[in-house]
Amino acid sequence: MAKIATREAYGQALAEFGEVYKDIVVLDADLSKSTRTEIFKKKFPDRFFNIGIAEQDLMATAAGLATCGKIPFASTFAVFAAGRAYDQVRNSIGYPHLNVKIGASHAGVSIGEDGASHQMLEDIALMRVIPGMVVLSPSDATSTYECVRLAIEHEGPVYIRLGRLGVEDIYKKGELKLTLGKGIVLQKGTDVGILATGLMVHEAIKAAKMLQDEGISVYLVDMPCIKPIDVDLILDVAKVAGCIVTAEEHNVLGGFGSAVSEVLIQNYPVPVKMVGVNDEFGRSGKPEDVLKFYKLTAEEIINKAKEVMKMKK
Amino acid sequence: MDKAKELELKKIATEIRKSIIIQTASAGSGHPGGSLSGVEILTYLYFVEMNIDHKNPQDPNRDRFVLSKGHASPLLYAVLAERGFISKDELTGFRQIYSNLQGHPDMKKVPGVEMSTGSLGQGLSVANGMALAAKLDGKDYRVYVLLGDGEIQEGQIWEAAMTAAHYKLDNLTAFLDHNGLQIDGKITEVMSPEPVDEKFKAFGWHVIKIDGHDFNQIEKAVNEAKTIKGKPTIIIAETVKGKGVSFMENEVGWHGTAPNKEQAQKALEELQKQLEMLEVQG
Repeated sequence: MAKIATREAYGQALAEFGEVYKDIVVLDADLSKSTRTEIFKKKFPDRFFNIGIAEQDLMATAAGLATCGKIPFASTFAVFAAGRAYDQVRNSIGYPHLNVKIGASHAGVSIGEDGASHQMLEDIALMRVIPGMVVLSPSDATSTYECVRLAIEHEGPVYIRLGRLGVEDIYKKGELKLTLGKGIVLQKGTDVGILATGLMVHEAIKAAKMLQDEGISVYLVDMPCIKPIDVDLILDVAKVAGCIVTAEEHNVLGGFGSAVSEVLIQNYPVPVKMVGVNDEFGRSGKPEDVLKFYKLTAEEIINKAKEVMKMKK
Repeated sequence: MDKAKELELKKIATEIRKSIIIQTASAGSGHPGGSLSGVEILTYLYFVEMNIDHKNPQDPNRDRFVLSKGHASPLLYAVLAERGFISKDELTGFRQIYSNLQGHPDMKKVPGVEMSTGSLGQGLSVANGMALAAKLDGKDYRVYVLLGDGEIQEGQIWEAAMTAAHYKLDNLTAFLDHNGLQIDGKITEVMSPEPVDEKFKAFGWHVIKIDGHDFNQIEKAVNEAKTIKGKPTIIIAETVKGKGVSFMENEVGWHGTAPNKEQAQKALEELQKQLEMLEVQG
């Protein structure tokens, strides 16, 4: 099966929605070939602005466009969007709650060879603490398309986390309809809940299959919407399965697993184990090798699932 | 500019200076120095130049103003109150918990504030975005932005300076409030941005230098900017920090310190005298 990276799906979605929504403008910071906004640029050259290698200017220019009724998609690598331009995202987009969409590609360690300076493992934590910021993390091409749609339909700032690596389709286009703040139940089960986001959904699906083969019943959920988070669904998983594994291509501190745990601890505490990067920077290597190095794998999800099941009361 | 018009603007400017003193004194905090230096620039923009309507603050065709040096909020609030966007009664609530008049301007709380600012260096980029939107929509509104001379030490200003020139934003006019002082001292001693005119020229801008307290020069510069095609204009306005209040003028200490009751009283008396002298002239 052909693999499509979520960044590629992002570029395609922008070009597609650009036909319908004439207020969409796309900005990039000299990475349009990598973020795939080039696809939009070719179709709508007048509505594309290359700001050059200047991410702070990128974000605040997008803010200015938004004050005049445009729907700007400010696009660059996640490490620059959420890191380098954090103050601009916070003060010029988040604080005035402007209608800017941030397309943040190359998130996580799976960009591979470029190494730690370019691998963003803190963006979920940074973005979800900005009041009013929506944080989306699609797992495949179709969910990316849906996340772009949600971003357009939502009035306010949205951060969309995208990957560089090609991934298999989980959903068929036209058969997935995302709702802001809602997760996607892939299967229900009673022994352990696995909640995954982004690239790790693929590993979670593999893990669930292997666990099922061992007779373990898995409640499996894809969570493309990290903020607002699906509280009802998280509580249902906790009540039905009694323990949870979270999986994310991000530092376990402050990220998706933390967001899930915040919901649980205040409402219905159950044991949680987190699969993610354990408070480390990334390193260079082939994407597959880097993912294995940091144990961002189905095997690790299985290990954690078995550990957390023992913690059930 | 005819004498009567100039006199009228001078009176408004003096009222605005009084308001800056009243606001900062009521709050017990705020930034009087850099508010007082920009008074003539904003007075001219808001009372002569800009197409704005307090009854329709969201008119898509209105001219835009971005206060990039957001700490000069008392100046912006004073002007907005004088132009009817907010009530003058609100001004004494400046920086207080139940007031909408935040320490730095919040566009979601105050009509007429076009952008929430306060973190320095971001306003020029925002103004670029507004100017780009005007070009995209084929609208002829103009965008004005006020930068501080200390503020241009922020690298983002130069990113934005490149963008404005690259996209030929001739519908954008920036003012540089060149009062020479920042919190820690003279800008040339803290981190010199000089020569600012040569820098903006090198970045592809049309540069005009004026006395920033002279309404005739401000008018001439704003009108000249409107004739420049294919590039943005910066008006480098030589100003005096704390202008209009004898003991605040050119004193670095008045950057972010509010006058106490006695100081405020003294400042208001001085300003009242200036106003009376203008009345005599009129």
